[in-house]
Amino acid sequence: MAKKEKGISFNLISRQKLNDLSSSEKLKYILKEVRQGRILVLEHGLTPTEQTSLIENTMKEIDHDTFIGIEMGGYGEEKTGFFQRVFGVIKKPRMTVIGPAHLLKMIHKDNDKIETTIIPGRGVN
Amino acid sequence: MGIFSIFKRGKFSSIIQKIFGKKHAKIGIYGPPNVGKTTLANRILREWTGDIMGSVSDIPHETRRAKWKTNIKIDNGGSSLVMDLVDTPGIATKIDFKEFMNTYGLNKEESRMRAKEATEGVIESIRWLEDIDGVVLVMDSTKDPFTQVNVTIIGNLEARNLPILIAANKIDADEASPATLKSAFPQHPVVPISALTGYNTEDLYNTMVKHFGKKRNKKRG
Repeated sequence: MAKKEKGISFNLISRQKLNDLSSSEKLKYILKEVRQGRILVLEHGLTPTEQTSLIENTMKEIDHDTFIGIEMGGYGEEKTGFFQRVFGVIKKPRMTVIGPAHLLKMIHKDNDKIETTIIPGRGVN
Repeated sequence: MGIFSIFKRGKFSSIIQKIFGKKHAKIGIYGPPNVGKTTLANRILREWTGDIMGSVSDIPHETRRAKWKTNIKIDNGGSSLVMDLVDTPGIATKIDFKEFMNTYGLNKEESRMRAKEATEGVIESIRWLEDIDGVVLVMDSTKDPFTQVNVTIIGNLEARNLPILIAANKIDADEASPATLKSAFPQHPVVPISALTGYNTEDLYNTMVKHFGKKRNKKRG
């Protein structure tokens, strides 16, 4: 019997889609996709509070046999100008990549580049 | 209400604190696993109280429950800071029990238990963020500073307007590069230290007193 080949899904999620979701809907959506083995690139990243909640929710979902957690990397928040700060404009997080830790590995990250590698055929089982 | 009753109810000291800044603060020691958080907590306690916080190990996630000690007074000559110190479990985005087996030689049962407790520890660390006044963020100065855990903790604390002091630990190692940490996070004080040998901890204590003693308006997360 031929071995079933399964590719790795790599999904780019638009800013519009993310803006239409509440924080909890966004986190639920991301974790569901990542648990299904998909790697997501969010055009508009998560706020620090959302990132912390995502880590917390991830820890609750880890079952050690099928899901060991997530790999996540994003650029910092967009800089706001003087007048935006005065008028309380919230800094917006930038592009972020999130995937299952058994498939996605962060190699290096700095202000200009996020370097990742995808590990095909590496599962937790 | 007379002056005496204000004084008696402890409001006088709180008024003084509001004017001149915080002199009693709850400080959390945070960071990824294996950067030396408990080694630093032990160093601070040993030097100022003669006590220790907990055990240390080369195996990640040795601290899996938050531990704390209250009323630790540190001085820098003219001024001082009284703090409750919280040593938190390392924050991670992934925990694989197989790493404990394959890299550190633990058996399967020990590894699974350690991993399970470690996930609970991460959740506990995150929940403590709600209840602290400032953070000593410990980073390994031999490693890449832009980890998601570092970036997430810093972003979260900045959103709450909480003071962060970065302890660039393991400065005694040959490959340490505290300059990289300083350039990565120029908006926060970075103090190179070795929690293991005690190198430059005097500078860390001075910075803690100055930095955590400042008046700030804490925002809710």
